Amino acid sequence: MRTEGPRTLFEKVWSEHLVQPETADTPAVLYVDLHLIHEVTTPQAFSLLRSLDLPVRRPDLTLGTMDHSTPTTPVTSLRDIAVVGENAARQVAQMEENCRDFGLELLGFDRRERGIVHIIGPELGITQPGKTVVCGDSHTSTHGAFGALAFGIGTTEVGHVLATQCLLQRKPRTLLIDIEGRLQPGVSAKDVILATIGQIGVGGGTGHVIEYRGQTISAMDMDQRMTVCNMSIEAGARAGMIAPDDTTFDYLHGRSRAPQGPDWDRAVERWRRLPGDPEATFDREVSINARDLRPMVTFGTNPGMVVAVDEPIPDRTDASFRKALDYMQLRPGKPLSDSPVNVVFLGSCTNSRLSDLQQAASILRGRRIADGVRMLGGTRLQQIKAEAEALGLHDVFKAAGAEWRESGCSMCLGMNGDTVPAGQLSVSTSNRNFEGRQGKGARTVLASPLTAAASAVSGRVADPRRYLQDTGTE
Amino acid sequence: MTVEAVRQINSRTVVLPVSDIDTDQIIPARFLTTTSRDGLGAGLFADWRLLEDGSPNPDFPLNAESARGCEVLVAGRNFGCGSSREHAAWALLDYGFKAVISSEIADIFRSNALKNGLLPIVVEPSILDYLLANPGTGVTVDVAASTLALPDGRTLDYPIDSFARFCLLEGIDQLGFLRQHEADIRKFEENRPWTP
Ligand code: SF4
Repeated sequence: MRTEGPRTLFEKVWSEHLVQPETADTPAVLYVDLHLIHEVTTPQAFSLLRSLDLPVRRPDLTLGTMDHSTPTTPVTSLRDIAVVGENAARQVAQMEENCRDFGLELLGFDRRERGIVHIIGPELGITQPGKTVVCGDSHTSTHGAFGALAFGIGTTEVGHVLATQCLLQRKPRTLLIDIEGRLQPGVSAKDVILATIGQIGVGGGTGHVIEYRGQTISAMDMDQRMTVCNMSIEAGARAGMIAPDDTTFDYLHGRSRAPQGPDWDRAVERWRRLPGDPEATFDREVSINARDLRPMVTFGTNPGMVVAVDEPIPDRTDASFRKALDYMQLRPGKPLSDSPVNVVFLGSCTNSRLSDLQQAASILRGRRIADGVRMLGGTRLQQIKAEAEALGLHDVFKAAGAEWRESGCSMCLGMNGDTVPAGQLSVSTSNRNFEGRQGKGARTVLASPLTAAASAVSGRVADPRRYLQDTGTE
Repeated sequence: MTVEAVRQINSRTVVLPVSDIDTDQIIPARFLTTTSRDGLGAGLFADWRLLEDGSPNPDFPLNAESARGCEVLVAGRNFGCGSSREHAAWALLDYGFKAVISSEIADIFRSNALKNGLLPIVVEPSILDYLLANPGTGVTVDVAASTLALPDGRTLDYPIDSFARFCLLEGIDQLGFLRQHEADIRKFEENRPWTP
């Protein structure tokens, strides 16, 4: 029996997965319950396995998809991939071959479940409280919304997990972010996390696992919690977690790969013991007041450079700040809401769940996007696309003049041919506004789905609250 | 995989005085469609280093005559944030760098760098300011002692995980180390109270 004192959520999950605890000289050996893999960060890892003649240790705990370099125009076979270029096509072909040779399940082009790697786990119910989840992608932190310990790893580590189902890890520090207050209409989880990153900084979470807590978080549904945890990495954190509760269990109940029958009851009983002990302490604590929060937008080239949509861009004299504003072609002292918009992207693993599409549709319904604006709407999962279409959301998007796309990462990182032309301003629901992230020279403003839709309609970066008042919807 | 042992680095520095340099800048996404780890140096800082027509940008520090052969990169605070792409470490190594110095280095980048023999060195902000203000400074890194020696006679300790240092010095492949735990891993799987 363990004789440790009170433990946080993170510490409970961490200690339950220790094959070997860390010592001064060696890192811990940490067991991985779910390994998600995709085409971009795995080829070199599979090559390593081949060269050492090693099998994948636990194919049953490994799940593959293709999302990063795949087109968001309809694809039914490998031939359609050619549209995004020879190298991407080769990468996708190699992913299929690797999964076949090593006996791994791949959610390929013929599967309804195909989509962005971080959408799949939750939608299938395979992301569960208390699990360790890793993937060669930094936004693996998304899965922490379920009370899993989930983090991104590099390709060498992908090889480690494929071969041994384990990772060598030093125990990270813990950071509590307590968020209190009811959100105003027009303000969503995206605004909460952007404001949080603005407050603690893009390196504010480095070396830490964040636990988000408080009234604001408890009131959120799972889609919103995933948006929050998704962007933990944008604050530099290893992972972000939220303690599982009835909202979590209701979401998972009945999903195809969640425990069923008596297994379900046993699982819930176990999950209920995961929230941190009341006396457990954190290495650091931060509190955020969400009560007066307004819709947030980024104005610079990292997600910590953020202001409320109606607030003037601040001024600083340091070279990096100036460089960012020059790149964005923006000036301090003026709010962003004046800036003309060329492209609106509603997608990515941060915001393209059904509720995000519904929010955007609530503004697009009965309106048309402004002349000269190109809007791409899409989900991260073929299955969500089908659900959205059953609700008629695709018609709302199309009637407004927006494009309705297949699932994939798309304009989040512009790897599949969907890019923002140089110099153009894009309002995007994704998570990174780095220079060139959406295409060389592209200027990205990160925002919520509501702000993105309002900006598409107005043709300028817009405060969504104006449009909500117009229609009386929340 | 074999990793080359790293024991000492003697080099002048090349300086990028920009904070929060993310891995999308280090290696833009369009270079990620490769299925190998070789040749990524060609994409290193591509959007900053190269002009529209593919020729070197004369204003970019890496293109200066004095930068030729430099093995140590000094960059502003919070280097390597963003995506987990190990391609960032591969690209820096392929270009010829052996160490990166900053006052903060992002977690995943740091972990990837160490696994490939690229040394991440975190220094105090005042030391970083000194290095940023003095491009081309000759520095000596002693991996075994975990020290960074500056030309003005100062020798600083930098933090590094002891296991990572051991692996660098000996060129140890961490997968080999993990695989020695096979019996423990099997025992863990057999004894756990629930199965994923
Ligand atoms: S949507 Fe964007 S952030 Fe998310 S997994 Fe894809 S590329 Fe990464």
